[in-house]
Amino acid sequence: MTKARASLPVRLAKGFAMFWWDFLIGETPELFVAALGIVGLVALLRIVWQLNEWALIALPLLCVLALALSVYRARTLLRKK
Amino acid sequence: MLGVSVSSGAFVLVLAVFLASSVEMVEALTIVLAVGHTRGWRTSLYGVASAFATLVVLVVLVGPALVRVPIATLHLVIGFILLIFGMQWLRKAILRSSNLKAKHDEDEIYRATVVELESSDSRGRLDRVGFVVAYKGVFLEGLEVVIIVITLGTSAHRVDLAAGAAGVAVLLVAVLGVIVAKQLNRVPENALKMSVGIMLTSYGTYWAGEGLHVHFPGGDVWLLILVGIYVVTTWSLVLTLRRGDEVLATQRVQ
Repeated sequence: MTKARASLPVRLAKGFAMFWWDFLIGETPELFVAALGIVGLVALLRIVWQLNEWALIALPLLCVLALALSVYRARTLLRKK
Repeated sequence: MLGVSVSSGAFVLVLAVFLASSVEMVEALTIVLAVGHTRGWRTSLYGVASAFATLVVLVVLVGPALVRVPIATLHLVIGFILLIFGMQWLRKAILRSSNLKAKHDEDEIYRATVVELESSDSRGRLDRVGFVVAYKGVFLEGLEVVIIVITLGTSAHRVDLAAGAAGVAVLLVAVLGVIVAKQLNRVPENALKMSVGIMLTSYGTYWAGEGLHVHFPGGDVWLLILVGIYVVTTWSLVLTLRRGDEVLATQRVQ
């Protein structure tokens, strides 16, 4: 049985969604989750608790941490292969 | 006194857009050359022209809509996207520099595209397969350039400067492509990718902070501080990973 081909708008919408999925998540879902967490935590520090200095320090520090963890995760996965 | 003040923000903006566009265009050019050599230049150039036309339509449609979004929301969304995109590039470049991942080989991509195109058989007046491959290659790589230009340019209120830097990069890569043809592997892609990753992550951090109303003392001078932080981080990670692998290799020998 042959599968019916989707219409052009459906294929375009699928392609668009796939592009953004690959672009933002792709093979590094941990970076996407980390970025969400960083934004959430800095929002708490700055907007809710009004701690600008802490937000200023936490923002790059958490990004560095997220990058390092992602790199080490990749190394572990690559070594297992 | 020249009376010309070049802000650190504008400098990093031009450099980031120029380098990012160069990297993406080298990738697109590899595909275009492979299609041109195997399926004919007419097909290849039709694909390129159609992809550029689609990108122009996209910019015309999306560009003006962005102006209506509140600036803090725009900074936050753009910062979030750039942060992820920048860290992805940086991560890949660090793994490649530490020899944990194979370097991006333009010659290999060229050969693979040629093999793929030669195995399909649909040559006609306008080769459909060749057209689709050239179109997809230029459109997808170009879309990343468009996203970088729109996000960085809109946040810094310098879309003209960002578009100009991208335009120069596209022209330069096109001219170099014609001259060097199949020697694209000589482009130090990983070093470029690492520099772009550092700059995109710095911009992402800065704009995400601005979007969350974090006050950066000294304004966009902080961009240079962030660049410094990420340069040191990248360098440390590459060195640590290389050393770790050397220790592991020594232990295996013993």
